Amino acid sequence: MTEIMTNAPMSERSKFFRVLIRRKTVLFGLMVLAIFVVLAVFAPLITPYAPNKLSIVNRLKPPDMRWFFGTDEFGRDVFSRTIFSARLSLMVGFAVVVLASLIGVTLGILAGFFQKLDAPITRLIDAMMAFPDILLAIALVAALGPSLTTVIVALSIVYAPRLARIVRASTLVIRELPYVEAATSLGISTRHIMTRHILRNLLSPILVQGTFLFANAMLAEAGLSFLGLGVSPEVPTWGTMIASGRQYIGKADWMTLFPGIAIVLAVLSLQMVGDGFRDLLDPRLRKDL
Amino acid sequence: MLRYILQRFIGMIIVMFLVVTIVFIIVRVTPGDPAAVMLGPEATAADIAALRQQLGLDQSIPVQYVYFIGNLVQGDLGQSIFLDQPVLQALAQRAEPTFFLTIFSLLIASVIAIPIGIYAAYRRGSFFDQAATALAMLAASIPSFWLGLILMQIFAVRFGLFPVSGYGGPGTSLTERLGYLVLPAFALGIVSSALIMRFTRASMLDVLGDDYIRTARAKGVDERRVVLKHAFKNALIPILTVVGLTAAVLISGAVVTETVFGLPGVGSLVVSAVLRRDYPVIQGALLIIAALYVLINFAIDMLYLVVDPRVRY
Repeated sequence: MTEIMTNAPMSERSKFFRVLIRRKTVLFGLMVLAIFVVLAVFAPLITPYAPNKLSIVNRLKPPDMRWFFGTDEFGRDVFSRTIFSARLSLMVGFAVVVLASLIGVTLGILAGFFQKLDAPITRLIDAMMAFPDILLAIALVAALGPSLTTVIVALSIVYAPRLARIVRASTLVIRELPYVEAATSLGISTRHIMTRHILRNLLSPILVQGTFLFANAMLAEAGLSFLGLGVSPEVPTWGTMIASGRQYIGKADWMTLFPGIAIVLAVLSLQMVGDGFRDLLDPRLRKDL
Repeated sequence: MLRYILQRFIGMIIVMFLVVTIVFIIVRVTPGDPAAVMLGPEATAADIAALRQQLGLDQSIPVQYVYFIGNLVQGDLGQSIFLDQPVLQALAQRAEPTFFLTIFSLLIASVIAIPIGIYAAYRRGSFFDQAATALAMLAASIPSFWLGLILMQIFAVRFGLFPVSGYGGPGTSLTERLGYLVLPAFALGIVSSALIMRFTRASMLDVLGDDYIRTARAKGVDERRVVLKHAFKNALIPILTVVGLTAAVLISGAVVTETVFGLPGVGSLVVSAVLRRDYPVIQGALLIIAALYVLINFAIDMLYLVVDPRVRY
């Protein structure tokens, strides 16, 4: 029995993950991400102070053993606030990936599969992509009024066309493959072909793009919060922390330094994982699988 | 070829038309009455009604749309409520810092990224290549506004080498004004160098594997000449594309960076317009910037025709 187990061929998926974590950058990225997730989920247990606890006597204290990252202009603990901010950033990033994927994948498959829909959808994608991401997000937030939901909806609208374009291109290729032709000639319904045969094969490009999109959404959310166009100022986010630290440049540099490092680390780890996914899933680069 | 140009031109017009329509929709999805939102809670019903009339909001949506297009065709982007001047004029007054900031950042990004990209491709797999790729990834992960603040902290506050923020008073000379742009341009340039470096590297790798490079080497052509003349010249098209598109991306990066450095450019105009709910200004800025992007894209396509004799449709 044991022998059979060890000799059984490894499934494609577990082989994929084994190769994936053998890459140092991917492993590093995954570890940093995991740490961020743990910190975000268990923030109330990990942080020494409540994120909004004021202590005016202790305002603008430099980092030491009591306040690891120092305190801000209201005496709030920068370390606790940095960790709590991870919650919102990760949540916004994830929500944007899910919503943008739903919109983008639907549009992309429709454009790639039905020739009649291709031209109108492609033009719409082109027009949407003419707006620089942060600017379009700012305009949408301005129109809808700043709130957490608005930020998520706005960023999803911004990034969905980018995903749609890639999904459309991949669908065009897959549509012409012999097995799709075979399925069509067997009389399998279009809907079944689209969800079963096409969508499944789109998972790799969606995974790769989704990871990069996650990173971009986090950067954009930080930018919006920094400008005061994100969620309400009471909720700690890396962007709002940097915005308030801006008033104290040269006096309390730790207020901008630590939340910024947190953004860079989170985005960098996502990029590393995304890069690893892309290299492994691209058949031309996939030598070691 | 003429047919190709015409096709691209018509495509561009359609996209432009869609861009205009999207902007029209965005500004009108505001929940509630935009006139009431703009004037704030203290406005009287008469004030709101007057503003509604001034903005044409008392008309039906299709009529508003026709007016909107009609005004645009005449180059009229509307009137800013708070600045009390035409939107086009407000944008033009703020164009200088944004223009120079974009150009400087693009220059800095290209000067950093292109040589590194070429050398990384030439020494593929070496320590230099790996370090360059890692640094590019790091640069792409840094929010430009944060990098701006860090640079400000070090070079303006601590060493006093550059002004902290602003763009000088009314009497400041152009050279002095440009001094205010050094730090913001580096912040934006460093962050956007990542993309250009990756493209340069990939494009050079593509070309360096080609047969004619092997032929050139076999003929005994000087290695430097092979890389810079034979290979780089042919790798230039994708690089030009990405540099062009980066220019458009930089305009949006400028929105946040201008706010950090208190530069009175288009970006800070947009941000203050958003905070004041000055919809005509937001609408105008969106239109101009998106139109620029579409035009740059079209120009790049046309440039292909000139630069690459293989592109013939």
